[in-house]
Amino acid sequence: MPPLLKLLLIRLGLGILTLFLVSVVVFFATQALPGDAAKAILGKDSADKVRYEALRKELGLDRPVVSQYTGWLGDVVRGNLGNSLVGGGAKVTELLKQRVINSAILVSLAALFSIPISILIGAFSAVWRDSKFDNAMNITNLSLAALPEFVIGIVLVLIFATTVFNWFPSVSNVDSRAPLSGQMDLFILPVVTLILAVIPYVSRMLRASTIEVLESEYVMMARLKGLKESRVLWHHALPNAIVPTIQVIAINIAWLAGGIVTVEYLFGFPGIGSALVDAVANRDMPVVQALVLLIAAVYVVLNLIADILTILISPRLRTGLR
Amino acid sequence: MSQSDDASLDPLQPLGTLEPLENLEAVPLVARGRREWVQTVIDAWHLRRTKIGFAVFLVLLCIALFGRYVAPYSPTEFVGPPFSLPSSAYWLGTDFLGRDVLTRVLYGGLSVFVLGIAATVIGIVLGVSLGLISGYARRWVDESIMRMLDVVLAFPSVVLAMLFVSIVGPKLWLIVLMVGISHMPRIARVTRAATVELTARDFVRAAAAVGVPRRKILFIEVLPNISSPLLVEFGLRLTYSIIMIAALSFLGFGMQPPSADWGLMINENRIAITVQPWAVIAPVVLIAALTISTNLMADGLARAMMGIDRDTGVT
Repeated sequence: MPPLLKLLLIRLGLGILTLFLVSVVVFFATQALPGDAAKAILGKDSADKVRYEALRKELGLDRPVVSQYTGWLGDVVRGNLGNSLVGGGAKVTELLKQRVINSAILVSLAALFSIPISILIGAFSAVWRDSKFDNAMNITNLSLAALPEFVIGIVLVLIFATTVFNWFPSVSNVDSRAPLSGQMDLFILPVVTLILAVIPYVSRMLRASTIEVLESEYVMMARLKGLKESRVLWHHALPNAIVPTIQVIAINIAWLAGGIVTVEYLFGFPGIGSALVDAVANRDMPVVQALVLLIAAVYVVLNLIADILTILISPRLRTGLR
Repeated sequence: MSQSDDASLDPLQPLGTLEPLENLEAVPLVARGRREWVQTVIDAWHLRRTKIGFAVFLVLLCIALFGRYVAPYSPTEFVGPPFSLPSSAYWLGTDFLGRDVLTRVLYGGLSVFVLGIAATVIGIVLGVSLGLISGYARRWVDESIMRMLDVVLAFPSVVLAMLFVSIVGPKLWLIVLMVGISHMPRIARVTRAATVELTARDFVRAAAAVGVPRRKILFIEVLPNISSPLLVEFGLRLTYSIIMIAALSFLGFGMQPPSADWGLMINENRIAITVQPWAVIAPVVLIAALTISTNLMADGLARAMMGIDRDTGVT
């Protein structure tokens, strides 16, 4: 087997193993913990033996744990995530469909804007190393990275939605029936919050890798050939500097899937984050399971994609496998 | 790069130590004597950011510890109509139930500090233990511990905590434990990398050769030598502990009403942000100042540890 293929297969195998273990954690956390789910759902009503037993049966808690797990996993793989325990017991997939789309749009928009901005900031910080711009960006990044997203969000609301300017709505009641193009202003503040939360990490990483590349011999060669500095940066240095940043970008997008929890809750944005908050508050286990599984799976899959991309586009990893 | 290396690029990673992944392993090689961490603290103190961070941190700590003794009211006392604007009677106005915002701000910091520090200590203890075992044992023990940590890493910390809150309920010990567990992977990686590096060196092999028990080697020979990276980790993880605990309180899964807590206050009063913004602004400013101050200190320590030139302050 060619070494490259072998490496990719190992990576894929590890990703699948992690996904499997994630599903084990989610399942056993929600179904097999002491003081079982039926008791947790019923609360004080669990003294009612008949209801308690009926619910246990409905949740499959009377079966052995391993058979519960395999049954559950089979259902999940087939896309059957069970029924919600609150609000009339609608199908989880139906309940979450629109929210997954909303959140995906939110995360995509944030990624779409934050990545180019981060690349620009990172590249210029590297070129103008130790300048006023670089130091200012350094302190800004350090502060932004330290702030919880909901604090960034609240500050944005204070400035742009209430006291200073009154430009944007502070609550994002996206109407799922109306076309999204007419409701873009509802996305602005949540998206900007997420952008500000991501920029520090990606720009910092890109700055470091750009500095490394700019000091390499082939960049010196390009300069000695008499190329313009801008051409050296954008055509020769940056494409290589972005390679080690791919993983940081992927992990940040995956992290956005988790970071949206507080941001969506803050803005009342109807996505998976606010759905998770509601589900946890209501102890709606099937919904909690589905969302946690989804968010963890996004992380694992994006990580895997970044791994494979890095292997495929970096010649050192591709050829130096021996 | 193995998968464990990739995953150590998690977004919660410190800015100060983002770039030189190799440095994590290279650090203990520069032996600066037994009291290495003391030297790191001294070096860090020469940086302006460390001083600023420490000063702000100290002020906030004093507010959290002693603020309650100068508070004008009781934190649960109804002193006026809800959402009153600041006046001479209540300097920061009243909250959604008509309680004094200033008083609640003065009371609400202690929980942030206590829970944040507790979660960080748990994370360090668990992470260091796993990292030491993993780095010293190698082979399948190492492999399985690292796989397990990959799984923890797949859950964003807030989501991991919420998963367990949905079963057990919003208990404080649970929140602290889950935040601590979410720190585990990265601390274990740092410890493991340093342990692997150290165990290959002569003084550790000599200790093993003369029959010093493994446990003793880990605690007497290895642990003191990784005190500096662990100190940096402590600073960074403290920042993220505070962020996560404040976020969980904000979501309603941390401190429960009627207790005074900065995160909870933001959530309780944000509905009237247009009417009485001070009930939100005060805790927001304090949380922001606290996390920025701990991050500044952590960055100062990280730079000092890597021997970053203190004049330019960059790279």
